[in-house]
Amino acid sequence: MSPTLLEAPPAGVRANGRTPPPARPTGGGDDHEGEPGPRRPVMANAQLATMFVIAAETMFFAGLIFSFLILRVGAAVWPPPLQPRLPLGMTAVNTLVLLASSAVMVRAVRALGAGDRAAVLARLGGAAGLGALFLTVQGFEWARLIRFGLTVSSGAYGATFYTLIGAHAAHVGFALTWLAVAWILAARGRVDARQPAALKACAMYWHFVVALWPVIWVSVYLV
Amino acid sequence: MSSTTATAHGHATHAGHHELGFVQTYIFSRDHKMIARQFLFLGLFMMILGGLLALVVRWQLAWPETAVPGLGGILKETSGILEPSTYNMAFTMHATIMIFFVIMPILAGCFGNFCIPLMLGARDMAFPVLNMLSIWTTASAGVIMLVGFFVPGGHAAAGWTSYAPLSAVPSYTGTNWGQNIWCISLFIMGIGSMMGSINYVTTVINMRAPGMKLFRMPLVVWSLFITAILLLLAMPVLTSGVAMLLFDRTLGTSWFRPSGGGEPLLWQHLFWYFGHPEVYILILPAMGIASEILPVFARKPIFGYHAMAFSMIGIAFLSWIVYGHHMFVSGMNPALGMAFTVTTMIIAVPSAIKTFNWLGTLWGGSIRFTVPMLNALAFVSMFVIGGLSGIFMASTPVDIFIQDTYFIVAHIHYVVFGGSIFGAFAAIYYWFPKMFGRMTNPLLGHLHFWPTFVFFNLTFFPMHIIGVGGQMRRIYNPMQYEFLQHQQHWNVFITVSALCLGVAQIPFVINFFWSLFAGQKAPLNPWNANTLEWSAPSPPPHLNWGATLPTVYRGPYEYNAPESREDFLPQWQAPVRAGAPRH
Ligand SMILES: [Cu+2]
Repeated sequence: MSPTLLEAPPAGVRANGRTPPPARPTGGGDDHEGEPGPRRPVMANAQLATMFVIAAETMFFAGLIFSFLILRVGAAVWPPPLQPRLPLGMTAVNTLVLLASSAVMVRAVRALGAGDRAAVLARLGGAAGLGALFLTVQGFEWARLIRFGLTVSSGAYGATFYTLIGAHAAHVGFALTWLAVAWILAARGRVDARQPAALKACAMYWHFVVALWPVIWVSVYLV
Repeated sequence: MSSTTATAHGHATHAGHHELGFVQTYIFSRDHKMIARQFLFLGLFMMILGGLLALVVRWQLAWPETAVPGLGGILKETSGILEPSTYNMAFTMHATIMIFFVIMPILAGCFGNFCIPLMLGARDMAFPVLNMLSIWTTASAGVIMLVGFFVPGGHAAAGWTSYAPLSAVPSYTGTNWGQNIWCISLFIMGIGSMMGSINYVTTVINMRAPGMKLFRMPLVVWSLFITAILLLLAMPVLTSGVAMLLFDRTLGTSWFRPSGGGEPLLWQHLFWYFGHPEVYILILPAMGIASEILPVFARKPIFGYHAMAFSMIGIAFLSWIVYGHHMFVSGMNPALGMAFTVTTMIIAVPSAIKTFNWLGTLWGGSIRFTVPMLNALAFVSMFVIGGLSGIFMASTPVDIFIQDTYFIVAHIHYVVFGGSIFGAFAAIYYWFPKMFGRMTNPLLGHLHFWPTFVFFNLTFFPMHIIGVGGQMRRIYNPMQYEFLQHQQHWNVFITVSALCLGVAQIPFVINFFWSLFAGQKAPLNPWNANTLEWSAPSPPPHLNWGATLPTVYRGPYEYNAPESREDFLPQWQAPVRAGAPRH
């Protein structure tokens, strides 16, 4: 491997300085001759970390979804009488909107690989737009349900609905913020075909948030 | 900062310090070693608070409803006498603080940050900024937790387990904002711990020095790696639980309140699904620390390195399928209870493997009874007692008899004080020279260790006896129960021992601060140890090593290796003869 991995930090990096040390991944191991050498890491730090964020978030949502299912299965009648039914048609369309944003995201990452910055920015914007549309539709649905009398305090039905859907919406909001940061990085050329990790990590998280939705939608709206 | 004249190789510290200023060096630092020190100070400060709360609880149990010395100024209305609600608050906050803001910050926060990059040969964590955010998120959670003491109605008083519906309905405990703050603080703490553990895992996987293969990693790094994975997967479950609890209390949702169709037992499932892995989060780093210190002071390789690593992995897997042993009396199906009994007994196997391997490490070694070694030996022996009493309770019939008695209080303290805290003390004494560049005073160290060890046992061992005698945990006044009155002398004995245990920590505080400023300057490798952190200066500069990172040629425990004239062979020392290096 290239010996630069073992060199001193570049001049200008002071003790505990403003710029964090450019800690390069090495992933130590022996090289093919059995001598100690740096090894190419399987995955960039940012992507690896995002993978673990996704694992943690999965546990968070597993806690919510299983709790919901326990209450749902334990209830004699669901939805409880005199409570509004959840809108299926509109949210099904909204599910497709969110899934489409994931497809646009895939194409954005592909454009990054091809070095087409304009397409990257356009497609990232498209994915963000679809995500924002999803949230807006959801907001309208919530407003309608609240007008029909379904609130957080109307028993387990309302509590689980707003907690689960709200937790997901908050994650979509966070993912949108992350996407905006990735868009700025791409616009400034800080992310490109040679340094794609920041955008790829963002895409991983976006796909996770999108993939989470059908699971929640099926358990909350359909089951 | 327009300076362009700074030079590399870490010689820029003089110019750098003037430019950086106090805040960036000591407060908003991105250096993993400074963050480690911040976690240590956070944990030690909270330990004083948690310890004082324990003494308050003990006072009430020994001399019920008498004025607690020193509390007259705080509890003015009762002139220092604990009321039941204040007593509930004291034991709740003792456990909460000790678990979330003492042991986790010290073991995982401080030593995770300090050991992982230094022992793997990395210049810093994978994400230094995230690391800084992690300490400040955790510290904010700590401050928020402390604010709870000053809100009307007092702090959370439903036990550290905060069982619903006791915790879900404000009028049941009489605390309103205290319990909410408890939830908010733990939610934030969960985010902070996630940032930290992501950093640990990424650093271990991607940032190792050349030659540092996974199975050349020191066992403490293995333990912290596994702890980080457990934290990543367990904490979010608690986070979701406390979010639901908070919504139940503030927004009127019905997750845990039966009146709205909720299920109180759900909280127990969520809590213990987190709670059992949490126990291993508290003990695994201490196991790693003992595995690190025993070989150094026995001057022998660790016995069964691979078995040690794999048994920790086994514990991590099994810890997910045993949590039901906390719920034997919750009305669960006996067949399910049986399954949890079996899995719990199985998890004793990897723990026993570790214990026998520690004994195997000591066997025939030339043991040096230094202060870190004594604390590590105390860890091993006390962990054995705590582990064995755990097996008692794994068995459903026994557990039903001693459920919620002082037996479980004795057990948990043998594990988290006898285990984790002795591990933390061992680690502090062992890495102090590297962390602060000065040696600790061995005389004060002995003065701290021996009374702590003796009074620890005098405090917690009798709890087994009064527990089997029927004394329930969390009761306000044991004298209210006729069948407990005959063993009240044990409560007095335990409280006196606990007070002595508290006094025994004074030499530690003196030693810590005296050594910090006036201790003897530490050499590079004061213990003649093999792992990479001892190749860096004491204390290591920013970025840890000079121009080149160390290269790793062998495993971490080559003590008294035949190919070396010294009795130790550091990981970074190149083999004398060219040829294939040892594996
Ligand atoms: Cu357990």
